[in-house]
Amino acid sequence: MSVPLHAGTESCVGAEKGEITPVLEKQADELVSRYPISKRSAVLPLLHLWQETFGYIGPRGVEWIARKLSLQEIQVLELVTFYPWFRQQPYGKFHFRVCRTLPCALGGSGKTFAALQKLMNLKADGHEGAMISEDGRFSLEYSECLASCGTAPVVLRNDEFYEKVDEKRATELVAGCQ
Amino acid sequence: MAFSEHRLIFKNIDAPGYTRDIACYQKHGGYEILKKGLAMGGPAIREEVKKSQLRGRGGAGFPTGTKWSFIDPAKTTKPIYLICNADESEPGTFKDRQIIYKDPHQLIEGMILSCFANGVKLAYLYIRCEFTEGWKILEKALAEAKAAGFLGKNILQSGYDLEIHVHRGAGAYICGEETGLIESLEGKRAYPRIKPPYFPAVLGLYMCPTIVNNVETLCNVKHIVEMGGDAYAKIGRPNNTGTRLLCVSGDVVKPGYYEFPCGAITLGQLIFNVCGGIRNGRRLKAVIPGGSSAKVLRAGEVYKIKEKDSQGNLVDREVKLEDLRMDFDSLAAAGSMAGSGGVIVMDDTRDMVECLANISTFYAHESCGQCTPCREGVLWLKKILSRVAEGHGRDEDPALLKDVADRIAGRTICAFGEAAAWPVQSFLGKFKEEFQLRIRRNGAAAKRDTISLTH
Repeated sequence: MSVPLHAGTESCVGAEKGEITPVLEKQADELVSRYPISKRSAVLPLLHLWQETFGYIGPRGVEWIARKLSLQEIQVLELVTFYPWFRQQPYGKFHFRVCRTLPCALGGSGKTFAALQKLMNLKADGHEGAMISEDGRFSLEYSECLASCGTAPVVLRNDEFYEKVDEKRATELVAGCQ
Repeated sequence: MAFSEHRLIFKNIDAPGYTRDIACYQKHGGYEILKKGLAMGGPAIREEVKKSQLRGRGGAGFPTGTKWSFIDPAKTTKPIYLICNADESEPGTFKDRQIIYKDPHQLIEGMILSCFANGVKLAYLYIRCEFTEGWKILEKALAEAKAAGFLGKNILQSGYDLEIHVHRGAGAYICGEETGLIESLEGKRAYPRIKPPYFPAVLGLYMCPTIVNNVETLCNVKHIVEMGGDAYAKIGRPNNTGTRLLCVSGDVVKPGYYEFPCGAITLGQLIFNVCGGIRNGRRLKAVIPGGSSAKVLRAGEVYKIKEKDSQGNLVDREVKLEDLRMDFDSLAAAGSMAGSGGVIVMDDTRDMVECLANISTFYAHESCGQCTPCREGVLWLKKILSRVAEGHGRDEDPALLKDVADRIAGRTICAFGEAAAWPVQSFLGKFKEEFQLRIRRNGAAAKRDTISLTH
């Protein structure tokens, strides 16, 4: 079984849990300082920071960033819904992105994806976007070109990048999720 | 016959023992060219870049010296910004990744020189966030450069100040388009700006004069300063100077990245000699020579190309696909483009309907949605191609696809419209019989005889 993920606020799982620590505030302020001409430029960096800290961007993140940069919340939210990297629900503890663009497809990324899907016991729900396992351990989605076409097919597992991931290597990657 | 590479930018990449830290870079002569450049002065560097005839390596091939000449640091009263476009995401291209991951200081040195030449005090390095390690590598390299006095205040006691910051994108291909990139850097959706009036050289970042250059282009600047513009222009061919980083992927024995003087080898030599030919003893069927936006070339094609003879007269020459030179002008003359240097090779088992459906899926996903012809059109291209690929094609679909594609190209704010339309126009035009056959064998009989490339 898998739970569909959709873009848009209506499907948001609710406010992010966790504390906004002084360390986080300090990191954010350092990022803002890189844009002396316009604080608004710091929206993407702060969205990255928030997502890396809390796992996704919910209403708390949008509000916090908007306040920090003196913006309307919509000016933050419209970026969350525009840029594919940002998500409004948590992904699995191990999130896999499989490149589906032509060179990787020629290299067999479809088989890699199918193998991962089976290993993670995920069912396609007919929606675009990521599939996530019920226990929250795994999630999987296709990604567009990851710029390593010479070593197709390629996979991102969280922040780790893997090349030439055939079905056998895919099995190892899932087994290596500890 | 062996073809030896001419490694200028890739000189140290993959060299045994070469590491990406500043100590190793300096051991190999790193940041010496910066000292030379600071002594030369900005106008002299700009003059050398102009003389070099360097053309931008991001895709459009616009002369870098000309791009720079739109801005006169001595006259402008506004601050000038420089942005390094490291949003490498053109399918088939993976050259910038090698530089960022394996030789980041070369890029930074080229960038500092370019900033100095154009009077830039604040620059950004816009990197795609899928380079999950790449941005950390750049942050570290920038910190190292700053600690060594190559960045920050009063660089090497020259009185010149420069700050460079890394800015991560968030997974949108359109950020590779320079005005989309600028919007994104301003903290907005990456909707490209309309030109005129929003030429980056006039109304760029924060409505100030801005230079956006590709990673490879900026690395070239370092080598131009080192050897001089005239010497650099001797590499390659007239109007196609310097070396070119070529990325080969798809159905070849040895996919990978290679560096050759521009136009020094032909497409055939690249595929059959350098890359060991087609995988599994197959034959070449089609090749996309400059990233997925470039028009496809079909094996067996012969092109009529105008070339200058020894007397300088323009003459028509017939050139086979294999004999096409890998440079800007030759590939343009063949109706395609050198683009970003990403060569995607397809063998004779590949189904062109599937390949095109895959490409159109990419563009449908990546359209920013600003212009209606593109937003709606690319989605329909994907939908129609998917139904043809899945065995539900209609007789009128090839004509319909062409019609939709023709109505996107030329009707959008940025070149994404062309990038999405060209593959459709060229695949349909060159492999018409495959589309018709696929539609005739529709329904239950339309068994897929190749691995599905559409998802």
